[in-house]
Amino acid sequence: MMFILEKIGAIVLKALETWGGFVILFLQTLRQCKRAPRFSHVLEQMAHLGVDTLPIVALTLLFTGMVLTLQTVAEFLKFGAQSTVGGVVTIAVGRELGPVLVGVVAAGRVGAAITAELSTMKVTEQIDALKVMAVNPVGYLVVPRLIACMLMLPLLVVFGDIIGSFGGWIVANYYGISSFMYMQSINTFVIIHDFTGGLIKAVVFGAIIATIGCYYGMNAANGAEGVGKATTKSVVDAIIAIFFFNCFLSMLLYR
Amino acid sequence: MIINLVDVNKSFKKHKVLEHINLSVEKGETMAIIGASGSGKSTLLKLMIGLEYPTSGQIWIKNKDITTLKEDELDKVRLSMGMVFQYSALFDSMTVADNVAFGLREHSNLSENEIQRVVEEKLDTVGLKGFGKYLPNELSGGMKKRVSLARVIAFEPEIILYDEPTSGLDPIMAGKIDKLIKYTQEMMKVTSVVVTHDINSAYYMADRIAMVYEGQIIAVDNPDNIKNSTDERVREFIHGGKS
Repeated sequence: MMFILEKIGAIVLKALETWGGFVILFLQTLRQCKRAPRFSHVLEQMAHLGVDTLPIVALTLLFTGMVLTLQTVAEFLKFGAQSTVGGVVTIAVGRELGPVLVGVVAAGRVGAAITAELSTMKVTEQIDALKVMAVNPVGYLVVPRLIACMLMLPLLVVFGDIIGSFGGWIVANYYGISSFMYMQSINTFVIIHDFTGGLIKAVVFGAIIATIGCYYGMNAANGAEGVGKATTKSVVDAIIAIFFFNCFLSMLLYR
Repeated sequence: MIINLVDVNKSFKKHKVLEHINLSVEKGETMAIIGASGSGKSTLLKLMIGLEYPTSGQIWIKNKDITTLKEDELDKVRLSMGMVFQYSALFDSMTVADNVAFGLREHSNLSENEIQRVVEEKLDTVGLKGFGKYLPNELSGGMKKRVSLARVIAFEPEIILYDEPTSGLDPIMAGKIDKLIKYTQEMMKVTSVVVTHDINSAYYMADRIAMVYEGQIIAVDNPDNIKNSTDERVREFIHGGKS
């Protein structure tokens, strides 16, 4: 019995230590934001982390919009509710599916890339070299990535929302719902808050992905194995955090 | 003295790495720290530049106890120091020229033209003129070490720390690096601390040699006296266990 309790205690302590580490790094990053980061660094990260993620986001949201419509349209037609399909699909994509799926895709692609890059720098002593040259690693490495992620995630979500809705339109058309009816449905049911709420979520998810990615990168153990483990942990923890904060933010924004 | 360690202890969890270290380095002196692998030499070097903090004791650099300094204050002290890492630690996403220019771009008000002039001059000093556009992964181990040294001397520090500067190099390249370190020392009049397990390197470049054995400094003396030491542990290290 004691053994089980000790195990549980150790797991809880480890989780608190890790999540506390995320919070401390986030606060340190905010403090380093006082010194304006180089615009070129932020732009470089925006291109690397944001623009390069666009194709995978487009594919994910296109097929999600299509499948969502496929699953709903047959039922809606039974009740003669075809005039609501466009609105339902767009609200679902704008409020939940867009930000969450973009967040998950970005955690897998962007978060993993951040962790792999920073952990390689850590194990090859490049982060120590920054410190030795009196350059704060948090200011130099984390700040541009945090800003880039917080700016690019909402842009990816805007793009994803449009593509998701477009995917829905393709399937709706296939089931005989006209383009006019689909658009009319969106005009009738969707309000701007359905999108702005999703964008607020995206900003938070961007901060989560950058913070967790950088934390694991900067605390990786030595060797190739350490880089691999850090990258896996970074993706898993970022996805868990995104689901947790999505639930919390949905309650806050759409109650 | 420019570096002074007073009763420094360092442990990682329960494992004691360094015990009761007292060591001072005079301005302009080259001190070699020798010892077997795992004896704590590199940790000692990292303590001197604030990459590690001691469990107890004081580390005085230019009359400031760096163990009590905040990160910003420590950075000011670090501006007068440089370190050549064991595996060079070059920024692999940057060219050789950008690596050498890095410190100047971050901390000086020099124009880009002036920075380029300094970069070319320092690359020439380490014998790598014309290699500015190369990426670190296109260079050999010895060339990387030389770029690393160029990156350090670009900022003209007062103290340079070297962590195993010749490890992993063939004897000819190791000899060239030794000569380069000695040349840098004579040209810039810097204070140097060189961690090495290569006793011949230590004899060649050091004014004094300190030997670390199982986390403790067991001898500090000039190369001749170290060579003729009667201490069994020193003799065993010098003669590779064949004495």
